[in-house]
Amino acid sequence: MGNSSRKIVAIMGVGTVSRELPIVAITPFAVAAERELGDAQLRANLGRATRTIRDKRARVVAEVADWEPMRDRAAAVKDEVLDNLSELLARFEAAAVAAGATVHHATDAAHANAIVTELVKEQRAESVVKIKSMATQEIGLNEALEAAGITPIETDLAELIVQLADDTPSHILVPAIHYNRSQIRDLFARRMPGFTATSDEPAVLAGAAREYLRRTFLAAKVAVCGANFAIAATGSLVIVESEGNGRMCLTLPETLIAVVGVEKLLPRFADLGDFLRLLPRSSTGERMNPYTSIFTGVTPGDGPQRLHIVLLDNGRTQVAQDPVGRAALRCIRCSACLNVCPVYERAGGHAYGSVYPGPIGAILSPQLTGQDAGFNKTLPYASTLCGACYDVCPVKINIPEILVHLRQTGSKPAAERAAMSTLSWVMRDRRRWRAALRAARSGAAPLRALTRRRGGTLRRAPWPLSAWTAHRDAPLPAAESFRDWWRRTHESS
Amino acid sequence: MRIALFVTCLNDALFPQAGIATVTVLERLGHTVAFPDAQSCCGQMHANTGYAAPARRLERLTGAAFAGHDVIVSPSGSCVAHLRAHTGLPAYELSELLIDVLGVTDVGATFPHRVTYHPTCHGLRALRLGDRPTTLLRAVKGLQLIDLPEPEQCCGFGGTFALKNAAVSGAMLADKCANAATTGAEYLAAADNSCLAHIGGGLARHPAAPKPIHYAEILATTGAHP
Repeated sequence: MGNSSRKIVAIMGVGTVSRELPIVAITPFAVAAERELGDAQLRANLGRATRTIRDKRARVVAEVADWEPMRDRAAAVKDEVLDNLSELLARFEAAAVAAGATVHHATDAAHANAIVTELVKEQRAESVVKIKSMATQEIGLNEALEAAGITPIETDLAELIVQLADDTPSHILVPAIHYNRSQIRDLFARRMPGFTATSDEPAVLAGAAREYLRRTFLAAKVAVCGANFAIAATGSLVIVESEGNGRMCLTLPETLIAVVGVEKLLPRFADLGDFLRLLPRSSTGERMNPYTSIFTGVTPGDGPQRLHIVLLDNGRTQVAQDPVGRAALRCIRCSACLNVCPVYERAGGHAYGSVYPGPIGAILSPQLTGQDAGFNKTLPYASTLCGACYDVCPVKINIPEILVHLRQTGSKPAAERAAMSTLSWVMRDRRRWRAALRAARSGAAPLRALTRRRGGTLRRAPWPLSAWTAHRDAPLPAAESFRDWWRRTHESS
Repeated sequence: MRIALFVTCLNDALFPQAGIATVTVLERLGHTVAFPDAQSCCGQMHANTGYAAPARRLERLTGAAFAGHDVIVSPSGSCVAHLRAHTGLPAYELSELLIDVLGVTDVGATFPHRVTYHPTCHGLRALRLGDRPTTLLRAVKGLQLIDLPEPEQCCGFGGTFALKNAAVSGAMLADKCANAATTGAEYLAAADNSCLAHIGGGLARHPAAPKPIHYAEILATTGAHP
């Protein structure tokens, strides 16, 4: 759905949306969410999957006695990185180059795509194997490579499913969370070369994918990865994964290209410990992830002989200037906030129109590409501010606070502005406020009489309150306001 | 003790019973309640909808209205959370005042009914009320408290979210109402009439569902009916 709807909107030419920016909402969130809500299969898949992961996470986090101080330390380390970004980037580059890597700086998505495409062409490779990476999705690297005649092959199972389906991911960690296993079997039968299985047992499906991927790993000349962490002191990159496909990509091809957001830095190697404890428990609900790869530069005769690191800005240094919004850059892409978000659970990832969905997407997309791009400014309103996301964030991003900050800095409809300013004018003066309460009481009197038998609530109201009564009854002004009751009972001397 | 009441604009206009109940409970316990007449709205709705300047003016107005009061009580978790974050006023949600400041758990109420309790998001995660409201409810004579399934799930109100994202809000509400209906309770109580207006509006369309009630109204009741 994601791809096709994006193409349609691109043709219609809505907003300032460019296909080089897969982090822009191309439809107002409420419209996209309402459409997704109609998909009963999606809701069932999502409800089951998010509930399972969030219960697992809660269990393994409860085991850690020092979870809260660890969150505080991790947040402080990430803030230290944001405070010293250019200095730490220089330190990282010096260490990585000394270890044999080549470092590139990309200001935006197009720049990063051009660098990577050129590097692949230099190796005369017709395809690249890829490790699941949010940074490469953010810049639309697969589409850029395809446009240059290079075939990108996703090797993470869920990313492979999404790629085979010509779909877009709907979750940061579980990109195919909107598919169940019988849908995956049907997809494999249609799109995976050599797939013959008739069972939809997870082991059978994974086995088929393994056969297919093994052939691609052995033939690959170039691999593309992201990084979970980049250690400034040593120039090392760290990749955390579950399936072992990453280890294959990092060790077999002769050339490795890493696209790394500048905020992925950690100052010291010793900082890594807390993050390697926080990340798997927050994301998959595991005590420890199966594969952690740490690599530094090039080792002659062992592994890739060419390591290119593309440090990606793409709006990040600008976000770092916003004293409130910058905390979003602490994000380590664990997706715990998605799994606890009641809005995400019902609307699904595609409704956010960005590779970053859910609560973190609602604060990242509008900051990275601007609130006026597409319908980005509707994203900060895709939340009840219930606070569940802040509670589970391993780096303590106060997501509700940033959502409110973005609402306050974004543009708003004129009619709403007028209504809100009138309301506050009435509320700022006790005489005006009392008069308004009395007017509302008198105006509602006939409705109170009409609805009394049904409990005194209104079933149908005209626009704009019809948005309320479409889903629930509306309360009516009371027969006597509190302040009139108080005056009658406590000031009648 | 002399306690100033911040009734909230919503209760003032739509749900005065919650304010009346708060006054009733505190006066029954022997305290003096003051109602500073200059109060109206804490600014939460403006702030959360994105209107910082009018929100700040309302915050300042509330700050001035309550200047000099040492203890302020409000029957609204979300308004107390907003006051605490933006005005520095010594504001307490009713259950915090009763348990933490006044040291009372049994307020002398009688309410012979089956009740389920929805811990609203601001009570749960902004104020960390924990089991304070249910501790008060458990001490009410005749009251049978029934657990609500998935209590920590947001009801889908979220202020203007209910209008701006009506479909998602309605889907969340439907799940909350379905959970409430499974309890077999006669009343669904909560600490915030904004959430209750939304939940109650949904429950009104379910024939066998519990009736919405602010828990202050239960604490104020000494007879069979609120």
